[in-house]
Amino acid sequence: MTASGTISKGLFRGFNLRQKTILLTSFISLLLIAIVASNFFIDNRSMSTDFESKNLAPSFDHPFGTDWMGRDMFIRTLGGLGLSIMIGAIASTISTILSIILGLLSSVGKIEDSFVSWLVDVFLSIPHLLLIILISIGLGGGATGVIMGVAFTHWTSLTRIVRAEIKQLKTQGYIQVSRNFGKSKWWIAVKHFMPHLIPQFILGTILMFPHAILHEASVTFLGFGLSPHEPAIGIILSESMRYLSAGYWWLAFFPGLSLLIVVLSFDMIGENLDKLMNPKKAHE
Amino acid sequence: MYLKAENISFGYKKDNWILRNVNISLGSGEVLGLIGDSGSGKSTLCKILSGYETNYNGTVSLDGKKIPSGIYNPVQLIFQHPEKAVNPKWKMKDILNEGHIVSQELLESFGIKENWLNRWPNELSGGELQRFALARALGPGTKFLIADEITTMVDAITQAQIWESILNIVEELNIGVLVVSHDKNLINKLCHDVLHLSDINTG
Ligand SMILES: Nc1ncnc2c1ncn2[C@@H]1O[C@H](COP(=O)(O)OP(=O)(O)O)[C@@H](O)[C@H]1O
Ligand SMILES: [Mg+2]
Repeated sequence: MTASGTISKGLFRGFNLRQKTILLTSFISLLLIAIVASNFFIDNRSMSTDFESKNLAPSFDHPFGTDWMGRDMFIRTLGGLGLSIMIGAIASTISTILSIILGLLSSVGKIEDSFVSWLVDVFLSIPHLLLIILISIGLGGGATGVIMGVAFTHWTSLTRIVRAEIKQLKTQGYIQVSRNFGKSKWWIAVKHFMPHLIPQFILGTILMFPHAILHEASVTFLGFGLSPHEPAIGIILSESMRYLSAGYWWLAFFPGLSLLIVVLSFDMIGENLDKLMNPKKAHE
Repeated sequence: MYLKAENISFGYKKDNWILRNVNISLGSGEVLGLIGDSGSGKSTLCKILSGYETNYNGTVSLDGKKIPSGIYNPVQLIFQHPEKAVNPKWKMKDILNEGHIVSQELLESFGIKENWLNRWPNELSGGELQRFALARALGPGTKFLIADEITTMVDAITQAQIWESILNIVEELNIGVLVVSHDKNLINKLCHDVLHLSDINTG
């Protein structure tokens, strides 16, 4: 790989794309892991109400301010982000598994392929948010409802990628050689297709993450997702709306900004990995 | 044992026949040359003989019987471009042993070095990859070898080495070989008999 110097601005001056991606990915991963891990260390006292210090503007003691019950907003935000990341991870993983199954199914035969294409079209023709809400309500809401709602709406693009990749792989000479050795479809799928598909799965899951997190937050914000007792970002934001007119801007600003940063972080990791993987694949 | 193609007609597009009523027959242990201009349909015929292309008119048979698909094909094709015949995500030792466990003797006769086995395909030259493709295709179930311009991209010395190895092995195993080339000198050196595609193709 040539150090083509595609990134020449700011912090990463002098690094090539690969080094930059590794650095950035490690840094962001560390940050995200820290957020999730911090959830296990938040002791209950700091989450408890303290009416003596309610509605405080951001300060050194409370960097994100406090809410109407005197809870520290920094700690609430950390908790909400941790929950969002975990829900995003579960939903993205389920979504990826669905794409793998449907992508492989489409490679079996013409009828299966038309069925998968039809299913993709059906799911794409309904607005994501509406579908998530419907599925979430149908499954009785809560964490399961949101996770399934997000998972069942985000498999379409990866399924298309897997399907196209398999189509292209099927025309390769080494696949025909393998068939001539009498190898079964299943054997060829596992041994020949999988090594090409696994990087797509990993990338697909990471790229799905920001969508999953944002959708979970918005569905929860709208009141169709996690219950008001959960410390979710969506809950924090919808509660904060009521206090905005009172001038307590920090209640929505910092949690919203943090959510945006987490989402953009995942997006950045995904896009850099994509740039690394797709122009020059590892062993080609 | 005989590999026979009878009245083969084929076109990639409708009403555009590339092969028309082609007949060809190859016996065990026979080394038959096939010459033809570029674009005359040699590779197409090779694909039909080895079961890669199935959408043709006519019959391909082995001792009068249709060649079943889904099991090891006794007719194995070697490509002109070996890099297309290997999965870039596989190590060479896995590529080598996909069809059968290649014996030490076969490795030696093709001059495949031990340290090549742990490499990726893009770390070997075309000639080196072609040796792997040949060793891989010469399994115990192989009765016929279709060699479609398999040494076009290597130098003269490598070409001579590769063909010497092939001829020794096919003689020992009584395998029939179709040697496809546009190089008349090579064909004359290697083959018992020569066919011109233009003579057997009325398309
Ligand atoms: N997959 C394909 N689709 C359409 N046309 C093809 C394909 N492969 C080869 N052809 C055409 O068929 C003709 C014969 O090709 P080929 O069998 O490769 O000839 P040769 O091996 O003798 O050079 C050529 O005109 C070529 O352009
Ligand atoms: Mg050709």
